[in-house]
Amino acid sequence: MAQNEARDAILARIRSSIKQSRIGFDPPSAPMERNYQRLGSRDSKERVELFAERLREYDARVTFTTPPDLCDSIGQVMGKVQSHTQAPRAPFWIVADGFPAGWLPSQQSIRWESSATVDDLNRCAGVLTICSVGIAITGTIVLQHGQGEGKRQTTLIPDRHLCVIRTAQIVETVPEAFDRLATAATHPLTFISGPSATADIEMTRIRGVHGPRQLDVFLLGE
Amino acid sequence: MTVRVGDSASAPSFQKAALPLLDDSQLRKNVRHATEVIQRKRALVAGELPDWQALRDAASAIKERTLLRLDEYLLQFEAACTAAGGRVHWARDAEEANRIVIDLVREQDAAEVLKIKTMTSDETGLNRALEERGIHPHETDLAELIVQLGKDRPSHIVVPALHKNRSQVREIFREQMHLPNLGDSPQDLTDAARRYLRERFLRVKTAIGGANFLIAETGSVCIVESEGNGRMCLTMPDTLILLAGIEKIIPTFRDLEVFLQLLPRSATGERMNPYNSIWTGVHPGDGPRNFHVVLLDNGRSPILADDEARQTLQCIRCGACLNTCPVYRQTGGHAYGSTYAGPIGAILTPQLQNLQHAQSLPYASSLCGACYEVCPVKINIPEVLIHLRGRITREQHSSLKPEALGMRIVASVFRSRRRLETAHRLAQLGQKPFVSDGWIRRLPGELSAWTNVRDLRAIPKQSFRQWWKETHHGAK
Ligand code: SF4
Repeated sequence: MAQNEARDAILARIRSSIKQSRIGFDPPSAPMERNYQRLGSRDSKERVELFAERLREYDARVTFTTPPDLCDSIGQVMGKVQSHTQAPRAPFWIVADGFPAGWLPSQQSIRWESSATVDDLNRCAGVLTICSVGIAITGTIVLQHGQGEGKRQTTLIPDRHLCVIRTAQIVETVPEAFDRLATAATHPLTFISGPSATADIEMTRIRGVHGPRQLDVFLLGE
Repeated sequence: MTVRVGDSASAPSFQKAALPLLDDSQLRKNVRHATEVIQRKRALVAGELPDWQALRDAASAIKERTLLRLDEYLLQFEAACTAAGGRVHWARDAEEANRIVIDLVREQDAAEVLKIKTMTSDETGLNRALEERGIHPHETDLAELIVQLGKDRPSHIVVPALHKNRSQVREIFREQMHLPNLGDSPQDLTDAARRYLRERFLRVKTAIGGANFLIAETGSVCIVESEGNGRMCLTMPDTLILLAGIEKIIPTFRDLEVFLQLLPRSATGERMNPYNSIWTGVHPGDGPRNFHVVLLDNGRSPILADDEARQTLQCIRCGACLNTCPVYRQTGGHAYGSTYAGPIGAILTPQLQNLQHAQSLPYASSLCGACYEVCPVKINIPEVLIHLRGRITREQHSSLKPEALGMRIVASVFRSRRRLETAHRLAQLGQKPFVSDGWIRRLPGELSAWTNVRDLRAIPKQSFRQWWKETHHGAK
């Protein structure tokens, strides 16, 4: 009741204000101009290199790899992390449901997302996912949280995020990324640009506040 | 209906509040350092995009057109968000917004809530209202946590604790988190905050936040952040409540491609901030089961009527105008006595309150124009400042305030040569008791209002007219 009243009052006030204004009589009729750059100009090799460079600037780790080597590349990164952890229990990794099983390294202790609790996410060595789009100019990976990309909290709570991206998924500009995401507009979307960070104390960028402190990206060539 | 904007209705004038702050050299050092760092980074990454000006033009045009059909876009947002399982509420003023939020929190029987940084909730005074009802809000943004634990006020819309340096933060954390041995490197302090908040993220089931963009077409919300506290709050709890000004609407999903290029570069000088989250209503099996958006008017809708000042509502709260403002950089944010400091605060705060409060704010500027140059949505702040000064003067002119009266007397004196010369002689005699070293630092009575905020050069022995007469004697 009060809600309808508030809603009607606000809408009425907006309408009367617009009517009072000069521009309300004569709103711009020409279509809006979008003169900004839509498409990038780099070839695919330059695009991938730029993407890698920008990721590194955010302190993300980048590994170039190919389909036959992917398993080993993932296994190597996982192995290095394991030898650094001093957790009393053997470390394990969470894998997003739908992640291609053929890409999983055999030596590692793996738990699928659907059987993991929040506590598991909090204790695991890291999480392994794929993603939907990469943006070269900003060094961004975009998750639409479908198959293999994990639910939103799955890529948030663990301390390390390992993400595989095919080079064909990398675009150059932000508008190009929105072109690719147009059909996913109502999915949950997360844009990730480097590990979580803050500069709230004296504008010094510190890596890792509440999200993953480490981001490892595997660039999968054709 | 009562519009409130933080505590600005009871705040002293800018000129009064600024005085003691100007003596705080530590504060000025902290503010100068932080604003210089962000400014430098902003200039670098904004300069990197060859189409920066085209992006600004597009952003400004999108926002302008949205405001002209704001009623339709709000209804479109409401319909789409509701269809996706969210609930939309409408609040005419701050008090109504707080009441709606508190009722929703109580439905969940929650005694504590998580908070994502939201300046809008500072505008409505939500934390105090929650505490009065026995509900404890946990601020989760690092800077907001520093402000909350230090019982302080935010001084910047993007980096609310930028007036504190590392050792001041350490003192606050040591005491409030009971960590006597805490170090003072930003890394130590950030780690302490991570540990302090993690347990709360996993435990507390209700969160309150703001929104950067509401998308009319899809009913989606976009939140832009760095630390991951936002993602925690919008995915871990069962209930999520967002409080957003009605001007946060943009028409389409596609429009985000413009703002997501401008906002991070302008706000923190990054090509992209670490996390952007976009979601639509409730996503089964992923994130909160109850999702609410409270749309807040609180003095915004009347601004739409003012053709010169309506652009104020285009603001995307990037903070670039604060960082570049020579006045803000001297005083910091507290002098503005409002949630919104700096150039945008100087035009927004008084307008939200229909120019009834914070009338000194439009004068807290040198009109240098730096704010307009950096503004990603091209708000011509100097133009709006002058327009508001005019409105304030016109509204005062009709009243018999001493200043208005004084101005009229001065005007009449300047119109006549005889009166001006007489006044000059009188002033020369009258000023004697107040002059030291050629300066007047304090005038008596009503005139003290003038010298409270500035020193005056004493009136010289000889006027220009007298000097001209003597030195150019006989010259044509
Ligand atoms: S007025 Fe412009 S520069 Fe200032 S905070 Fe708003 S958008 Fe940013």
